[in-house]
Amino acid sequence: MTTTTSPAPTATGPRRAAGGPGRAFLAVLWRDLYVTGRELPVFLAQVVLQPLFLLFVFGKVLTDLGFAQAGYTRVLFPGIVALTAFVTGLQSTAFPLVIDFSFTKEIEDRLLAPLPVGMVAVEKVVFASLRALLAALVMLPVGIWILGSVPWRASGVPLFVTILVLGCLVGSCLGMIMGTAVPPNRINVMFALILTPLLFTGASQYPWASLDHLPWFQVVTACNPLTYVSEGMRAALVPEVPHMRPWVSVLVLVVTIVVSLAVGIRLFLRRAVD
Amino acid sequence: MEVGVDGNGQVPVVEVRDLVKRYRKAKVNAVDGVSFAVRRGEVFGLLGPNGAGKTTTVGILTTRVRRTAGMASVSGVDVGVDPVRARGLVAVVPQRNNLDRSLSIRQNLLFHAAYHGVPAAERTRRADALLKEFGLAERADDKPDMFSGGQAQRVMVARALMHAPEVLFLDEPTTGLDPAARLFVWDRVRDLKARGVTIVLTTHDMDEAAELADRVGIMDHGKLLALDTPAALTRGLPGRTTLEVAVVLDGTPPDDLLHELGALHGVERVEQVASAGPPGGWPPMGEAMGGPMGGAMGGQADGPPSGPPAAAVVQRELRARLYLAGDAPQLVAPVAAVVANHDAQLTDVAIGSPSLEDVFIALTGRALR
Repeated sequence: MTTTTSPAPTATGPRRAAGGPGRAFLAVLWRDLYVTGRELPVFLAQVVLQPLFLLFVFGKVLTDLGFAQAGYTRVLFPGIVALTAFVTGLQSTAFPLVIDFSFTKEIEDRLLAPLPVGMVAVEKVVFASLRALLAALVMLPVGIWILGSVPWRASGVPLFVTILVLGCLVGSCLGMIMGTAVPPNRINVMFALILTPLLFTGASQYPWASLDHLPWFQVVTACNPLTYVSEGMRAALVPEVPHMRPWVSVLVLVVTIVVSLAVGIRLFLRRAVD
Repeated sequence: MEVGVDGNGQVPVVEVRDLVKRYRKAKVNAVDGVSFAVRRGEVFGLLGPNGAGKTTTVGILTTRVRRTAGMASVSGVDVGVDPVRARGLVAVVPQRNNLDRSLSIRQNLLFHAAYHGVPAAERTRRADALLKEFGLAERADDKPDMFSGGQAQRVMVARALMHAPEVLFLDEPTTGLDPAARLFVWDRVRDLKARGVTIVLTTHDMDEAAELADRVGIMDHGKLLALDTPAALTRGLPGRTTLEVAVVLDGTPPDDLLHELGALHGVERVEQVASAGPPGGWPPMGEAMGGPMGGAMGGQADGPPSGPPAAAVVQRELRARLYLAGDAPQLVAPVAAVVANHDAQLTDVAIGSPSLEDVFIALTGRALR
């Protein structure tokens, strides 16, 4: 056997180092984190601006002008953190997947990496959830900056963290369904028809319990997973505001995550392997 | 068709047996019972028109397409049973640029190797060497969207080599490239072959297949119609090697001469072709003598200089094409002898060799492009 100075393979040359799917998974995740890390300011501007303006207009402008009660910010802020986690997760899977599968095909190199294709889908969810987590946490300083202070209590931290993580995951999993199910030519319409209603039926801007006198809307909002994130956040941060029982929020979110992840992976596999 | 272990008892690097693929909602099989085996170090070409099933076959071997039936393996690993392991053994250069646009060229190479578990120091070493070898070192930090088709192709080949695959799949490697980029890819393929890399390439370009491939499988409508070396494929075409002769007759009718030429040993049939001579030449008689392959193709003979000037009233030029069973050179002398016997003057001889295009036409009855 002759050895070559070239790195390119010879049929009998040295074989690759043992990798294993776990290592491939981490490498794929590292690629996404690396790219996001390099564009961090752009990423933050992208995901923080919308909740920032919501907080500013609804929490600051309207209350200062007297159109909303001063206590409204306590209702609004947990809802905005929930909204940010959910929507950032959703967009972080949906948009890149539509673009990757339909246009750039960049994802192909990772689909050909030595790990099960389903794990590439899981990586997308993990990565999107990490982005969502970061975006939601950034809302804490943003809230302090705009509102002066944000509701916070130490005893609520375990529930806050639980709901935050579940909120990021549920958004990412639903985003994977959207990103793999929506045909590329419908992408604009679908985002308008799905994303906008999701934003406003998720109990972010109002407590769900207070919808008693608007029963049809209460039913509609109960169908939106974001409602359970918002309600769970309120239970953690502002328990004096009427809210769903935390275990209901957690249960609904866990079930939604499991079901949507299973469906999402299925759809992902269908797009990835003919 | 020969499949399986080759003469040396070596296990093939790529093996495909009775492979079938039918896509969802499709009415016909995209791949319809294909079998072949690729030896280690071989350059194997899959030749056929668009839609023949070449890319699907490669897709199955590279785990991107799920087979409907049959068997496909790489280095003994069944790609359907253990796709994760198979992905570590293969590398693909696709038809379309799928480079990671968020990463520089060097990072494209480094991350690819990281996905495949190549240790960090080794990754860097290989990336540097490949970037240099592929003339990309100066542009290593550029983003791929600034690259032309040919340059992107180069980067993708370099990327594919980063994890030292057992088999390199090149899907239509030169489609859409300018001639210089095409020659570069050809050179790289020859280099890789010299190093012992096993390569499977698909192409609809006969020249490319003939130029690069040790063996060529001709595909159409999902079936493998023939599989052999380019030389053997064309040799296997009786009546496709031609000998074209031009003679000047001294006023005598050509029928006897043509008949005698047709009777020579090794000549399958003879056909009179359009003469460069004066108007009023003898009518072509190819139809009457046409064999089963019906005078369609054959000689690549370029138009030789025309016969004597039209002013020579009684002299008529006759051009005849002889379709041969064997090699053309052995027949030159007997043909010359026959011509001399008829007091005719031999003015031109041209040998036409069959191409893979002729093989394709013989197999399918239609042209490749």
